[in-house]
Amino acid sequence: MDQRQIRNFSIIAHIDHGKSTLADRILELTETVSGREMRDQLLDSMELERERGITIKAQAVRVMWKGHELNLIDTPGHVDFTYEVSRSLAACEGALLVVDASQGIEAQTLANAYLAIENNLEIVPAVNKIDLTQARPDEVAAEVADLVGEAPDRVVRISAKTGAGVEAVLDALVERIPAPAGDPDAPPRALIFDSSYDQYRGVVAFVRVVDGSFRRGEPLKAMAQGTQFEAEELGFFAPAMTATETLGAGEVGYVITGLKDVSRLRVGDTVTTARGPASEPLPGYKDVKPMVFAGLFPTDSDDYPELRDSLERLKLNDAALFYEPETSQALGFGFRCGFLGLLHMEIVRERLEREFDLDLLVTAPNVAYRVMLPGGEEIEVHNPAEMPREHELVEEPYVKASVIVPKDYVGDVMGLCNERRGRFDHMEYLSEQRVLLVYELPLGEIVLDFYDQLKSRTRGYASFDYDLIGFREGTLSRVDILVAGEQVDALSLIVHRDAAYERGKQLVERLRKEIPRQMFDVAIQAAIGSRVIARETVKAKRKDVLAKCYGGDISRKRKLLERQKKGKKRMKQVGGVDVPQEAFLAVLNLERK
Amino acid sequence: MNGPVRHLYVHLPFCAHRCGYCDFVTVVGRSGSHRDYVDALLRELELEGGVLAEPLETLYLGGGTPTFTEPRELARLLGSLPRAAEVTVEANPETVTPTLAGLLVEGGVDRVSMGAQSFRPHLLSVLERRASPDDVRRAVQTLRDASVDNISLDLVYGIPGQSPADLGRDLEEALALEPEHLSCYELEAKPGTRFSHTFGEELSRQSEALEGYFEDVVEALSGAGYRWYETANFCRRPELSGGRDLRSRHNLAYWLGRDYLGLGIGAVSTVGSTRYRNTPRMPTYLKALGRSIRPPREVEALDEDVKHRERVMLGLRLDEPLALAGLEDVVDDDALDRLEALGLARRSPEGVCGALSLTPRGRFLGGGVTAELLA
Repeated sequence: MDQRQIRNFSIIAHIDHGKSTLADRILELTETVSGREMRDQLLDSMELERERGITIKAQAVRVMWKGHELNLIDTPGHVDFTYEVSRSLAACEGALLVVDASQGIEAQTLANAYLAIENNLEIVPAVNKIDLTQARPDEVAAEVADLVGEAPDRVVRISAKTGAGVEAVLDALVERIPAPAGDPDAPPRALIFDSSYDQYRGVVAFVRVVDGSFRRGEPLKAMAQGTQFEAEELGFFAPAMTATETLGAGEVGYVITGLKDVSRLRVGDTVTTARGPASEPLPGYKDVKPMVFAGLFPTDSDDYPELRDSLERLKLNDAALFYEPETSQALGFGFRCGFLGLLHMEIVRERLEREFDLDLLVTAPNVAYRVMLPGGEEIEVHNPAEMPREHELVEEPYVKASVIVPKDYVGDVMGLCNERRGRFDHMEYLSEQRVLLVYELPLGEIVLDFYDQLKSRTRGYASFDYDLIGFREGTLSRVDILVAGEQVDALSLIVHRDAAYERGKQLVERLRKEIPRQMFDVAIQAAIGSRVIARETVKAKRKDVLAKCYGGDISRKRKLLERQKKGKKRMKQVGGVDVPQEAFLAVLNLERK
Repeated sequence: MNGPVRHLYVHLPFCAHRCGYCDFVTVVGRSGSHRDYVDALLRELELEGGVLAEPLETLYLGGGTPTFTEPRELARLLGSLPRAAEVTVEANPETVTPTLAGLLVEGGVDRVSMGAQSFRPHLLSVLERRASPDDVRRAVQTLRDASVDNISLDLVYGIPGQSPADLGRDLEEALALEPEHLSCYELEAKPGTRFSHTFGEELSRQSEALEGYFEDVVEALSGAGYRWYETANFCRRPELSGGRDLRSRHNLAYWLGRDYLGLGIGAVSTVGSTRYRNTPRMPTYLKALGRSIRPPREVEALDEDVKHRERVMLGLRLDEPLALAGLEDVVDDDALDRLEALGLARRSPEGVCGALSLTPRGRFLGGGVTAELLA
């Protein structure tokens, strides 16, 4: 295809604003799929995504419209995957910005729209769901026009559901988005904007060819990682995989590599040929580092090997997932896992429980800390229990958080941000009713329960997004929980010094309620170093007998005792105290709430 | 190998009314012929009696309410059962008349165990007991008049609404009757009983407040000269009763792991390495024995390990040290060390391998201690 006839674009939309429906209409209208093949929301392939209304993995679909080749690059919609979104956008020249005509702009839309603007994309704005009675197309169109710096009449009014205006959208894409500008004769370069793993064919890389062209069977190389592989197959999605001999400059498609591990081919890397390679990679590659960590333990310790295998398999398809074995005295053998963010964590957890049928105990999430030791050595700590007591300084990750709310809730949001050690950055009115608040916040305050709090304090009206802005020094304390004098590693936490007492007290009170009474008094303490900041006692039982035991009762009584014995085996011993797993779970849930 | 069985239990299931907290095998009213049932019992004795020693050490008639059985049938049964050194009958106070007392003594009964439960009218009504406190006093007097010199009273504590003062009064009233023996049970809301349906929640709410009641009972009865010889059982000390050992010999047989034979519906027997329970269904039982065949029964095999565990479980209910010889395989030594350190158990040097006993606090926590102790 002549490079001048190609248009590459993404759709930017908030969850439920109609991105998938619009994609379906486009496939229909361009006759890429016949009506019979049409399945609603074709692009979301995984069961989980469908249920949660999110798209985890980007895919690219090629459609033909009036003699032009349009490549629709699907982007993940959520905050945790900002880097993947930015790479998807880097593969495009334009973006279709879709906003719900009744909801207006949401924080995630805003973040992704800014990303698109930063990537110098031509933005085609559209207001969707104009068929709804509560639609406010003019008002929302004005909001959108203002955001992208366009005239309101350039905002296309559509209904993806009925199909109204969708042809106009396709025309606008062809008309307004520039053709790709790469050099077809230069040494080949292609941007990997996503990858997935197929158990038979290995890693499949989704690429946007920038310069030159690629040929089937050619030896290839990923420039940043140095990984060598062969183009076993090249092709594009229409929407089924369609093999071709070559992928030329400006085109979007896939490369089947035969590699057995997605981590060897990272999003953002540049593919070139092994013979006559390009000298410079495309800009923008970065190694994505997990920022949120949690311990994952099987509820039944016999499931440990299964958990290990499941994580291995997940990792094949999720290069951002990090894990290493962790042994907790309280919870047994498990893994400390690193995630891009909370949603990423939830997705991994749900996939483990659903697809791999595992029962998991997940510790309270924490962030990565940078710690400078007295000798000047710097380490990164992923587990509160491993935070060294002696340190020069501790840095924690900070984010710039954007919250969009109706103006009546501004006070509530500010209150919450202040409680969470937020620093006010700025505030602006997006419309008469809706306000954008920008705060700098420690990520550690967000992973706890910020989002839930935000939702409940704004009756669900707030939308929220954040961007990592780096590490900053914090006045942080490590609080340990001790049961009968022994530290419970899984319950250690790192909190701001001012909150340490309150949190310690909460945890200790909760544990007192959850730990069954024993044959002796059990002290439950929260401590910073050797200083106890909160204490509770589980009083010893005074009586534990079955009143009656005669000839007819003996078997029953024995079985009761055996059950009691078995119950004890399931409990974890901490400081000689039998603690049921439910107790840990309750405390960890408190953390998550 | 075990020698003849020296302990016989006979179940008489008939009751005037089924109390809300009861989970025994009972048959309400005079429905169903008492005569047919006694016939069946005697036929079962013919079938199984071959294992019994002559004479028996103990015979125990339990229920139900054995004394609710038609007097003629009860007398016929007592006259047909083998002689024993201790013959106990369970009784409800309202059934005890001079005639009945005479019938029992005539039939060789020398020990009567009577369900007093409480002396507080409002608590008796919660328990759905029909006897009044005065009925209990009158019954004891009637038995004394018939020269029954070994009377045991059952008391229940932890009744919904029972205050510590109520308990104190119950103990006082019971002691005033000078029984030779007392059994004190905490009320259990057993799953499936009407009682647990009505009071289960209230019981679990007050469970913490009731915790001290067990200690109160032990303290009061010990102070009044009773020996706390088993978790729930007390008997007058020998020095206060002319040197008599007033422990229930029949029940001691259970706690010492002896063999016993049980007759009647729902009755349990343990002979050698087998335990079995007769069908609890009256028609099934009568039908089988009507044809002189064994009633259907649930059989449980008891291997050495299980028998040893039961020895520990039951032995630790008693106040006498449990000899550890032969039980080493089921006792966890580390656990024993821990329990000794917590002041709940102690080893003593008696016998070849030493013996084990629980401290008073260990006995209050006997269930947990035993679970901990068993390997």
